[in-house]
Amino acid sequence: MSSHRRDLAFAALTLALFLAVTFVFPGFAAPRNLAGLLDDTAILIMLALGQMLVILVRGIDLSIAANLALCGMIAAVFDRAWPGMGAGPVLALTLVCGGALGAFNGLLVWKLRLPPIVVTLGTMSIFRGAIYLLSKGAWVNENEMSRGFLAFPRIEFLGLTLLSWLALAVAAVFVIAMRRSRVARDLYAAGGNPEAANYLGIDAGRMQFIAYTICGAIAGVCGYLWVARFAVAYTDIALGFELSVIAACLIGGVAIAGGVGSAVGVVLGCLFIGIIRSSLPLVGISAFWQMFINGVVILVAVLLSARQREFKRTILEVRA
Amino acid sequence: MRPANLLRWESMLAVVLVVEFIVFSTISPYFLSVDTLSDATFNFTERAIVALPLALLIIAGEIDISVAAIIALASVAMGLGSAQGMGTAGIAAVGLGTGLLAGCINGALVTLGRVPSIVATIGTMTLFRGAAYAVLGDRVLKDYPESFAIFGQGYFAGPISIELALFALFAISFGVFLHRTRWGRTIFAIGANPVASRFAGVAVNRYRFALFALTGLFSGLAAILLTSRLGSTRPSIAQGWELEIISMVILGGVSVWGGKGSILGVVLAAVVFGLVTFGLGLMNIPGIVMSIFTGTLLILVVAVPALVNRR
Repeated sequence: MSSHRRDLAFAALTLALFLAVTFVFPGFAAPRNLAGLLDDTAILIMLALGQMLVILVRGIDLSIAANLALCGMIAAVFDRAWPGMGAGPVLALTLVCGGALGAFNGLLVWKLRLPPIVVTLGTMSIFRGAIYLLSKGAWVNENEMSRGFLAFPRIEFLGLTLLSWLALAVAAVFVIAMRRSRVARDLYAAGGNPEAANYLGIDAGRMQFIAYTICGAIAGVCGYLWVARFAVAYTDIALGFELSVIAACLIGGVAIAGGVGSAVGVVLGCLFIGIIRSSLPLVGISAFWQMFINGVVILVAVLLSARQREFKRTILEVRA
Repeated sequence: MRPANLLRWESMLAVVLVVEFIVFSTISPYFLSVDTLSDATFNFTERAIVALPLALLIIAGEIDISVAAIIALASVAMGLGSAQGMGTAGIAAVGLGTGLLAGCINGALVTLGRVPSIVATIGTMTLFRGAAYAVLGDRVLKDYPESFAIFGQGYFAGPISIELALFALFAISFGVFLHRTRWGRTIFAIGANPVASRFAGVAVNRYRFALFALTGLFSGLAAILLTSRLGSTRPSIAQGWELEIISMVILGGVSVWGGKGSILGVVLAAVVFGLVTFGLGLMNIPGIVMSIFTGTLLILVVAVPALVNRR
């Protein structure tokens, strides 16, 4: 399978980038620094895996960061109203809320066959507006959050934060499930060729709905983790983060045309972005360059994958 | 069937417009004055000027979501030019040039690079906005010459601003171009079926490239108007405008699947949209709440025809 070869080549590239940074700055490979890198990238990894499912079935979720922000605010407001409930109820609440928001996207795409980009562009601004209505424009600050609420993602276990462990667990589930589970197989089939999948009894629209719902649920939980980690909730948290998430997917080899992509590739894509992001200050480049670099990396990745596709399909397509 | 449908869509928009006028003039006694209405036009002219070429692009079956990022990049370029001591004409040329260049990059990615336009423009949106942040950081550029204010704050005749006059001029030009020329018919053909158009001898990629370049150029023009009106540039300028501009086009009856739409619809939608935001502003409703309205409208506009066609 060519996607395995791509993952291997990309792993080599990511490793090369890591070694290059370590060569110039030996401190970069220190265990503490690496743990910090993983902690910084953890939320991106989880979101990108959710986004991968949506892109696999020929969708796109531009509302993922707005969903995160809305569920983060819901978590913060819930904790302010009933402090001391601990992380459990908040996790469950954000999972359900995020899943519901994702399912709303999914229903519009599935039942009404609306174009995913228009639907999620619309829900993106609806969700952001809803945060404002919920919070009345005010911030929820650290001193209004309960201790258990704040502590959950930061608990350290074997040198890594619980947030990092959570990302590793989600990544492991995805790597195994995307290879072994029936849902994943159906997702690949529905994205690769919806008509053919239909003849096999796979409802491509229903698979889109499932992908959006899972993606939304992940975004919801990440909303709580984000708010607890940064200890603040307001309307504009994670503004524009959907672009980093999509960038990670595209860099990781997920094809926007659907049906192609692997969990390993996506996790590598996130690490690639994470390494660049955490080495920028070392090289003395301002953090404001991050977005520009993301843009360059996205374009290089999509240009390369567009060329690959061309070799396969030239016989079938007219050269326009 | 199709023209009748479109006519119905446009007359619906006209009805909405009349209702808006009635509602807002009952809510606020100041609404129906020449000054207020003149002020209200600033709410949509800049966006609507980008909506015109974008409508052509969407009719041709493509999309450009980097328009707002192009505005930001062009604005930053103009700010830097101004800081170098450029005159008003030079600054305007920099704005148009940056927009055109950015549009050509989009066009090249889609035609030469064969990247789907959604992905290509998500990439360039990140790239252009990223470049604006990279260059400017958290700084603000506001050393514009006094005469530069003419574009966004000047009046053409009486209460008609230069922005409104430009929009009217371009709306008519685009309307004639799309509905009365061979090139316009070809754009519809490309959107309806690119492969068949290619077989019919249409240089599809040349059209695509030209439309992306045109959209970039008009984003540059919008950047001139907006920067001139605000008198300052931040990298976050025009944040989220791509949503509002695309909403205008789709609300105007242009099909997201390509091949259908009219300039009259887009113009009506732009005015409807501008008046709603202005009216909500009159009622002191904050911008972020308006985004709920924008998003809902965008989804409704594509959902309603889908629901009707299902029956």
